[in-house]
Parts: sequence; structure tokens; C-alpha cells
Amino acid sequence: MYGWIWRVIPGGMGVKLVTVLLLAGLAGVVLWYVVFPLLEPHVPVDRVTVGQ
Amino acid sequence: MRALLRTCGELSITGGLVMLLFCGYLLWGTSSYTEWYQRILKKQLRETTRLSKLDKLDVGDAVGLIRIPRLGRDYEYAILEGVTAEDLRRGPGHYPGTAMPGKIGNFVLSGHRTTYAAPFNRIDELRLGDDVIVEAPEARYTYRVSGKEVVEPTDVDVIAPVPSHPGRRPAQAMITLTTCHPEYSARQRLIVFGVLSGKRERRMS
Repeated sequence: MYGWIWRVIPGGMGVKLVTVLLLAGLAGVVLWYVVFPLLEPHVPVDRVTVGQ
Repeated sequence: MRALLRTCGELSITGGLVMLLFCGYLLWGTSSYTEWYQRILKKQLRETTRLSKLDKLDVGDAVGLIRIPRLGRDYEYAILEGVTAEDLRRGPGHYPGTAMPGKIGNFVLSGHRTTYAAPFNRIDELRLGDDVIVEAPEARYTYRVSGKEVVEPTDVDVIAPVPSHPGRRPAQAMITLTTCHPEYSARQRLIVFGVLSGKRERRMS
């Protein structure tokens, strides 16, 4: 998978490296600000109230 | 076959990294929202007129500040009305329908233990006699810690007007703090009780 991505990205070594870092950063941002906030309410780590 | 195995391995490693990042999000990412919203609540409290309008609080409104000297001199959170998941993301929440600060009955607060700035992370360190200070717009109330308990999540008796004695008529002003127990778990609840020991009116200016 990663080998394939590396081969598909155009350009020389430097350009490839920058593109890969940008892609990884983008994935991280999407996870942190979009996916995780949607996921968090369903993870029972910190339930604090009492009730039925 | 080999390519398939490699892809499986790569996906597993990626999944692991994503889960690590999610743990980081739970511990630190969630706090930034709480810190931002706490500033809004504190501003709301500063602008509240000294004349008490406490009987007309809506869910989401700031109730007052909580200070616990045992947990540090700068331990201070704004309390808001309401205990839904959304309310508690913004700070410790007051159970609607339970007593207001300083009033006869049980002033019940819930707060997160590990996520969303974890306001009640260290309330297990409170000892008998420690002060829990609530700054309401009209007065400062000091409660003294009188007990600590670990209960099941369904034990609603701890938030009764007289804690653990539902149906009994309250004669004194109490405070009850609830949070999760053990840390990172939803299995039980840690409860800290306190009794009102002092009140200082705010000077009207």
C-alpha cells in the first residue's frame, strides 16, 4: 500500500517527500477535527453522571 | 500472497497509529474545546448583575465558579446549568432541579475525570474537612468535605436532597460532586459530599 502510494506520487525524491508529509498531515487533521469528534461520544471512557 | 500480507500488515500498523492518535485526542484534544468554552462562561459570570437571578437559570447558563484549594491555588472552573453530554463538555455541570448554591438541599455537580479538561480528575484526593468554594453571583459559599464514596452508576440516591436518604426532608445545605471511577472507565462513580460551612455575601456596589 505505502509502496504503491510512493510510486504513484510524481516528482523526484524531494517533491515526493514533501507530498507524503502533506498527505499524512492532511489525514491527521481530518481525523483530529472531523472523525474523532464524531467518534468520541460513542466511547465510554468518561461517564460521570448517575441515573437509570 | 506476499503483497496481500504486506498490505494487511501496513493496514494494521496504520490502524494502531490512528488509535494512538485517538487516545491523544481524548486526553488533550478534547480539553481545548472546554478551555475555550470556560472563557465564555467566565465572561458571562463577570457580566451577570449582582442581583441574583438564580431562580431563572436556563440550561447552558453559567451558575458560578468552583474553587478547591486542596487541588491548587489556581484550581477554578466555571459551573454551568445542565448535565447532558454536550453541557459537560463545557465544564462541570449542575443537575437541574437540585438545590442552588448555598440553598437547603443538595447542590449536585458532575464533571469529567479524564477528558474535556478533566475538572474532577483529582477529587479523589480530597480529605474530610477540605474546603470546596462556590462563587455564586450573590455570595461565596464554602462547603466542607464530609464524605467520599464509590457507587454504581444507577445509584441515584446520592443526588437526593438528603444524600442516600431519598424522600427525607433536607435540613442543611449540601454539595455533591460526581465523576467516573476508576479513571478512564464508565464502570462506577466517585462521589464526594460536603456540608455548607460558611457564606459571605457579595457587597452590592
